[in-house]
Amino acid sequence: MANNPKYYESLNLDYKPPRGNWMDRPINIKPGIYCYPARPVVLENVQMNDRSDWGKYWVIEDEDWELPDDWKERFLNKMREMLDKYRTFKIYMDICVRCGACADKCHYFLGSGDPMNMPVMRAELLRSIYRGEFTKTGKMLGRIVGARKLTKKALKQLWYYMFQCSECRRCSTFCPYGIDTAEITIMAREIMNELGMNIAWIQESVSKCIHTGNHLGLQPQAYKECIDCMLMDIEDNVGITFEPSFNRKGAEILFVTPSGDVFAEPGIYTLAGYLMLFEHLGLDYTWSTYASEGGDFGFFTANEIAKRMNGKIYNEAKRLGVKWILGGECGHMWRVLNQYMTTWHGPVNFLEEPVSPITGTKFENAKAHKMVHICEFIADLIKNGKLKLDPSRNDGLRVTYHDSCNPARGMGLLEEPRYCIKNVCNHFYEMPENTLREQTFCCGSGSGLNASENMELRMRGGFPRQNAVRYVRDKYGVNMLACICAIDRAAFPAAQQYWNPDVGCCGITELVANALIMEGEGPRTNNLRGFEIATWEPEP
Amino acid sequence: MGVKLSLGVSLGAVLAVILVALVGVQVSSLQPIFGIFVPYAAFVIFLVGFVYRVVDWGRSPVPFRIPTTCGQQKSLPWIKQNKLECPSSTLGVIGRMILEVCAFRSLFRHTKAEMASGNIVYGGSKWIWVGALAFHYSFLIIAVRHLRLFLEPVPFLINGLDLVDGMFQIGAPALYLTDLLLIGAVSYLFVRRLIVPKMRYISLANDYFPLLLIFSIGISGILMRYFIRVDIVGVKELTMGLVTFHPVIPEGIGAIFFVHVALISTLLAYFPFSKLMHAGGVFLSPGRNLANTNRAKMHVNPWNYPVDIHSYEDYENEFREKMKNAGIPVERE
Repeated sequence: MANNPKYYESLNLDYKPPRGNWMDRPINIKPGIYCYPARPVVLENVQMNDRSDWGKYWVIEDEDWELPDDWKERFLNKMREMLDKYRTFKIYMDICVRCGACADKCHYFLGSGDPMNMPVMRAELLRSIYRGEFTKTGKMLGRIVGARKLTKKALKQLWYYMFQCSECRRCSTFCPYGIDTAEITIMAREIMNELGMNIAWIQESVSKCIHTGNHLGLQPQAYKECIDCMLMDIEDNVGITFEPSFNRKGAEILFVTPSGDVFAEPGIYTLAGYLMLFEHLGLDYTWSTYASEGGDFGFFTANEIAKRMNGKIYNEAKRLGVKWILGGECGHMWRVLNQYMTTWHGPVNFLEEPVSPITGTKFENAKAHKMVHICEFIADLIKNGKLKLDPSRNDGLRVTYHDSCNPARGMGLLEEPRYCIKNVCNHFYEMPENTLREQTFCCGSGSGLNASENMELRMRGGFPRQNAVRYVRDKYGVNMLACICAIDRAAFPAAQQYWNPDVGCCGITELVANALIMEGEGPRTNNLRGFEIATWEPEP
Repeated sequence: MGVKLSLGVSLGAVLAVILVALVGVQVSSLQPIFGIFVPYAAFVIFLVGFVYRVVDWGRSPVPFRIPTTCGQQKSLPWIKQNKLECPSSTLGVIGRMILEVCAFRSLFRHTKAEMASGNIVYGGSKWIWVGALAFHYSFLIIAVRHLRLFLEPVPFLINGLDLVDGMFQIGAPALYLTDLLLIGAVSYLFVRRLIVPKMRYISLANDYFPLLLIFSIGISGILMRYFIRVDIVGVKELTMGLVTFHPVIPEGIGAIFFVHVALISTLLAYFPFSKLMHAGGVFLSPGRNLANTNRAKMHVNPWNYPVDIHSYEDYENEFREKMKNAGIPVERE
């Protein structure tokens, strides 16, 4: 599947699990589904569970995963610690009734048909160990009550399936007790991290973020050069020349966005959108090369690493003496910002309550955190008539909007992006309601699974979203999928080449900037991508 | 463990309870054990066990405020917030919890995904919601109705409930609607586990056993009321004895009553050790019972600890020359 990217007309799955008990089935770890383990060299900066204390690297295909001698003890001790630290974990281990409401809600299950990808089964993988190792009934009655001991087979299975969950929380929406499988995956990954069972794509990103500030490993001058490149493109396509500031002390606002948008298409056009918008507003803001990553890859491996990475943002805001922070379009970045950041580092007394310098609007919902989402910021500008917009520049686009999973289910940011799109595009169509808002699907590559060796998993996991895109493509001629997540923008081009080769992908700020009438602009015959507005047809 | 074994174990356990009670009460000297000791012991296990489990959950803190948001957040004043699905106040959280606990809000969202000619089709599927509501509410009403056995005089409301439940006056004594509902709903929940392949795959003995147990409780109750009649005056004497702590075993109540009591006692004693604890857990689940106010109000993690953050100073020390060459300001020249 992965090696032969072509348009797949059909995926034929009946979603019927096999007969018999899952505990008896052999584990079949398939290439194309899993990600490679982290190489020891990239772990130097992380300095946490890097296998250096037992000095053995591992290979998935090998029978022996080179675990430390006391692996079982380490696993169980860590699990005990997590149970004592997180009420979520304890309750979610105890109260699932296996009602089946979550079973067909996971995009990986819907795209693969693998019964172990039903969220309830993913949780049961760990829950069975919990019963067998931590509860009296489980220890006494064993398999009769769905309990099992921690074995190497159980551990491998756990690793394989916990890296087939993108922590998107769609299942949690449907659970009558609000059991959050993302939380269970987070716990399991942190426990396995204790045994050095982490993957390259995540750990390399973490390592680079710690070292250079961003997951691409861009050093300060390179980061600036990337943005300079976009400035040249803007000069060509918009006819405006300007220079934003970097690491500038005394700016009013620090702007932080995922570094993916600095580097790769189509995210760079969203970046161009930020640059144009802020220039147009005359915003007193600065970029930072030190806190140059909004995304928090540590979130996909262990709480402490997540906190270490995230801490740079407030540190930098404090050093530069800004008043508040503006955050760009990113999914899990905003889940972390919204649900973890102030708890980790607060109270944030060195910043002020965010106020838009253009409209005077107080962002009261961010008064403790001091950080505003770009969509909230833009929606407020549009509502107050501060932007001159020409939506007809986006007339070649028939746009649909993908609720990026984390802003939807970890924040509730649903209407702001829609308001922005509707004001800058004349042709906007919604996908079917079961695939939107709180029921939105993951792109298929979230939570650190955006590697290339697991392409089959990504294409399968991306299918439910792409299937809904195809529906509006066929019905309304939709040719552009807008989203507010840098992982989406990295993942959708591949998924769309595979499932929907005639639909493009963009960020919302790109659409806004396309429609934005800037003072002193040249003739706007080209869009931000350098194509003629009148004739351009998007592609992934 | 396959389905057959799970079912076999569950059925075996329920039958064993019935059998032990049936045989036991034939020996009249053992009647105090089944009529007094077992219910007391079961009730104590239930109470202590339930409280212990909830306290045990409570011992683990809630380090982060991470509710699953299922609606529009509170942001700009002109954007309509969904106060129930994405609450920002205690009142909103209470509303969300009432909807969840009393109306099974999340289960109501349930859809069924199927594949048809290469496309995923999402069909509305409310049966599990209807079944779950019917089951829980009929169980609740039946439990409340039973209070007339434990109160003297019987409060007006309970008599009223009794009347409403039996309002169709089918047969004598009048048939209770909730009896039918309970048996119907339990059967549905049970059969669903057996015939839907996904459900069969995920079901454990832990799931079959309580359903079979509750089914048997319902059937033994119905048998007692309509078919194998027991001496209701004697029953009330016994139940009143239990609640007033002056337990007595009246003569000639009938064995089926003791079977009914043994089954209920089993359910009570099993409760704290099982998934039935979802009854307590649903209130404590941080996925639902917290407001989405992290950015407006700081949430404190009791075990928060400082971590090593790669400092700006180290960063600049490493890249100073490159930064200067690129015209990026530095702290120290």
